[in-house]
Amino acid sequence: MSDITNSAKDLTQSPVEKAASDKLLFNSAEWDFETLQTVFDAIRDIADNDLGLDYYPNQIEIIASEQMLDAYSSHGMPLMYGHWSFGKTFARESHFYSKGMSALAYEIVINSNPCISFLMEENTMTMQTLVIAHAAFGHNHFFKNNYLFRQWTDADAILDYLDFAKKFIAKCEEEYGYEAVELTLDSAHALMGQGVFRYSRALKLSDEKQRERLRRRLAHERKTFNDLWRTVPALSSLEPPEDDDEDLALNEALSLPEENILYFLEKHSPVLQLWQRELLRIVRTVSQYFYPQKQTKIMNEGCATFVHHYIMNELHRRGQIGDGSLLEFIQSHTGVIFQPDFDDPRYSGFNPYALGFAMMSDIKRICTQPEAEDREWFPDIAGCGDWRGVLKDAWHNYRDESFILQFLSPKLMRDFRLFSLHDEAREPFVEISAIHNERGYRQVRQTLAEMHDVGNLEPNIQVVRADMKGDRTLSLQHMMHKGKPLDQKSAGEVLKHVSQLWGYDVQMIDPENSEEPEKNVAAA
Amino acid sequence: MSYFIDRRLNPKGKSLGNRQRFLRRARSQIKKAVQDSLKDRSVSDFEKNQKISIPAKGTTEPFFHHASKGGTRDFVHPGNKEFDAGDRIRKPPGGGGGEGQGKDASDGGEGEDEFSFTLTQDEVLDIFFEDLELPNMTKTSLKQVKKMAYQRAGVTVAGAPTNLNLIRTMRNSFGRRLALNRPSTADIEALKERLFELEAKADRHVEDHAEIKRILKKMDELEAKRRWVPYIDPMDVRYNAFEQRPVPSSQAVMFCLMDVSGSMGEREKDLAKRFYILLHLFLKRRYEKVDTVFIRHTHTAQEVDEETFFYSRQSGGTIVSTALDVMLKVWEDRYPADEWNVYGAQASDGYTQSGDAQRCIELLTQEILPRCQYYSYIEILDEREMEVFADDESGAELWRTSRTIFNDWPNFNTKRISSPGDIFPVFRELFSKEAASE
Repeated sequence: MSDITNSAKDLTQSPVEKAASDKLLFNSAEWDFETLQTVFDAIRDIADNDLGLDYYPNQIEIIASEQMLDAYSSHGMPLMYGHWSFGKTFARESHFYSKGMSALAYEIVINSNPCISFLMEENTMTMQTLVIAHAAFGHNHFFKNNYLFRQWTDADAILDYLDFAKKFIAKCEEEYGYEAVELTLDSAHALMGQGVFRYSRALKLSDEKQRERLRRRLAHERKTFNDLWRTVPALSSLEPPEDDDEDLALNEALSLPEENILYFLEKHSPVLQLWQRELLRIVRTVSQYFYPQKQTKIMNEGCATFVHHYIMNELHRRGQIGDGSLLEFIQSHTGVIFQPDFDDPRYSGFNPYALGFAMMSDIKRICTQPEAEDREWFPDIAGCGDWRGVLKDAWHNYRDESFILQFLSPKLMRDFRLFSLHDEAREPFVEISAIHNERGYRQVRQTLAEMHDVGNLEPNIQVVRADMKGDRTLSLQHMMHKGKPLDQKSAGEVLKHVSQLWGYDVQMIDPENSEEPEKNVAAA
Repeated sequence: MSYFIDRRLNPKGKSLGNRQRFLRRARSQIKKAVQDSLKDRSVSDFEKNQKISIPAKGTTEPFFHHASKGGTRDFVHPGNKEFDAGDRIRKPPGGGGGEGQGKDASDGGEGEDEFSFTLTQDEVLDIFFEDLELPNMTKTSLKQVKKMAYQRAGVTVAGAPTNLNLIRTMRNSFGRRLALNRPSTADIEALKERLFELEAKADRHVEDHAEIKRILKKMDELEAKRRWVPYIDPMDVRYNAFEQRPVPSSQAVMFCLMDVSGSMGEREKDLAKRFYILLHLFLKRRYEKVDTVFIRHTHTAQEVDEETFFYSRQSGGTIVSTALDVMLKVWEDRYPADEWNVYGAQASDGYTQSGDAQRCIELLTQEILPRCQYYSYIEILDEREMEVFADDESGAELWRTSRTIFNDWPNFNTKRISSPGDIFPVFRELFSKEAASE
């Protein structure tokens, strides 16, 4: 906020007016490619020499609204494989858009190397400037440097991989019929949330060579297919069963328990064809690719918003954008970071832009103009002056949950007037457990951090047992968190999908009493 | 080094494939929604895009998520006004997430019982006509090879003498003559005249002789030049060019016949109109070109425009066969049977002069049915009559007589309708495969 008031003071400095208007990057609301390039260079100058951002090379693409809707409907990825659910999203989005019920985003940015940003052609020149700063530098820097993205996503290979996936799935549809492909993909999509490794094993995307091998193998299988062999008993069933094969040993062989259900099915399902396993692999790869984004909504948007806010004000300070542009920017910016109160009809939880931007601006304040309270709470950064360094450290090494736990200041809790609620299912009332005061700060912060821990939001469901010697029933277990039950109806539907992929019965084991299966059982 | 790429001109509709996948997926539900909406839609709306709501069931994408209630939950919300730690807020009776409602709703993705989106007109029609098949489509499929016709296609330098384009040729010739300075006949005539004049002189001087010589030489030169620069050179010649273009041969004409005598009220006409419009829509999708001929009749018949057909009043008796006569005449005059697929749709309240029914049947069986793709006879009744005539075999004279040939002609059908809701089912039945194979 202080930046804006400073620049408002600049308005009165008339002697430099003439010189300033010469420096303006643009004068009209209309944009053209030449101006975009000039603006891009000016922004890059600030990003490189002032903020010291580190980002992937940028590729900025201008698209029309219909193409934006296209991008919406497939996770924002330009190269998504075909599936009816994307068509459904598209039908809904375009219906809402054409009826004026929703507006489109100004941009979409893709975590890839080079980093691709899509800009809407309808944007004014000011908005294009804002969006370039936001996406091509803010998000881009975050993607390249945040530890989650570095560990879990492969920005160099993702576009190649999606291209492969799209072609592979199209080819499968040709060969095995779209119904069969759709059946497998539907089931895989139902398990998308359970298709990520949360703690171990970073995923390396298979390179072109491996994919080529798979293609060849599939082609070979097809060429040499002879129906006669199907009638010959499989080798394994001829061998005498090993009697002393303990369940435990088997489970170990299957590396159970396994949290990544899609991975487990891909590797161990008795019924899936090779191409179906590859489909599961594609789905879980996509899921894993988006997993870091789920955990860094506040940080990601906060970083991008902070960067665009800083850059726009700096551009104005340098006389490169006019007062009109600055006002247009401020109007749009305040809209983006608007946080309604809990009792506001517009309230639907925290606005990640608002919280992220507020926290990062607050860090800057703590570094440069700390108060006694800040020195007490943040002794190592208060007054250090190097807000760029502190922010970059935060951007690189935290996710939403840890970021809140580390950096949410008492001042911000007071500004937002945060309070925490405790809801015990069996009690007839909800209790206010803490508010924004000396006694409550820590608890509010703790609770807010937990709310942004994906591990708490998504149910933890694991494969615990596969009865390979008996009827091959697969057992899943819901590791209950704070007694929160699963939604039974949808869980039943998902179990049917699991059973579809496993080929045999699947049961959900009650978390309290691991022997009694819950009522959710899906038969193959 | 440019970082910008303009994608605006890239092909649009990247999601079209996925949209079709989705429509295919929700086919049965969308079909039902379309049928339902058609029933109470007025025909003028029919052309427009349609908002469709289908039950979310069937296109839901289930996933594991927490139930909206149960367990211990902690939330943080912004905007505290009066709460202090330890305050207790009674939960609303009958459950509900209480304070946490907003969050739960967005997390759970529940409450989405209806899924609304917009179908384009083409999609609506495709779904509506999905499993309808035109009777006697064989005729059309045999005519899959498109008819070719010659069309003008500019001029060429080679061609048959009959196609010589005189104007172009002469224009080129004139231009060339001008450019190469071809001596005109007038120039030579002028010289000749001067020559005659000199030669006619009795006393020729030396200079006269010299001039005669000069003129003769000049004339030789001019004549030679006229030979080098001919009046018409082969390079001037242009021919009209023609090329073969396909013409839509898949064309249909639809005869709408209606009784407009006093016994047909507004309601009856309205029903008939809806039927015609649907028939027209249907034919428009199957044929590249559809002509419509409106014939109204009382005791006499005439071809009229659409406006007159539906909205002008006429009084008189009822002789149905006159309409058939006019239809046959128009057919002979304008729509040769080997180029047009002919559809007849007749609407009537079933009353005709006694004895006329027999003549109608004769015309139908001898003249019309052997040569037309389909002929449907729609009898419009009121609700009460519909109950009385629940049995197909009973009815007014025209109905009973037409039933006698119903079984002999697969391309002939008779139906009764009494309310707008009846039209669409009847329409379906008229063109369904079963009706055709009967």
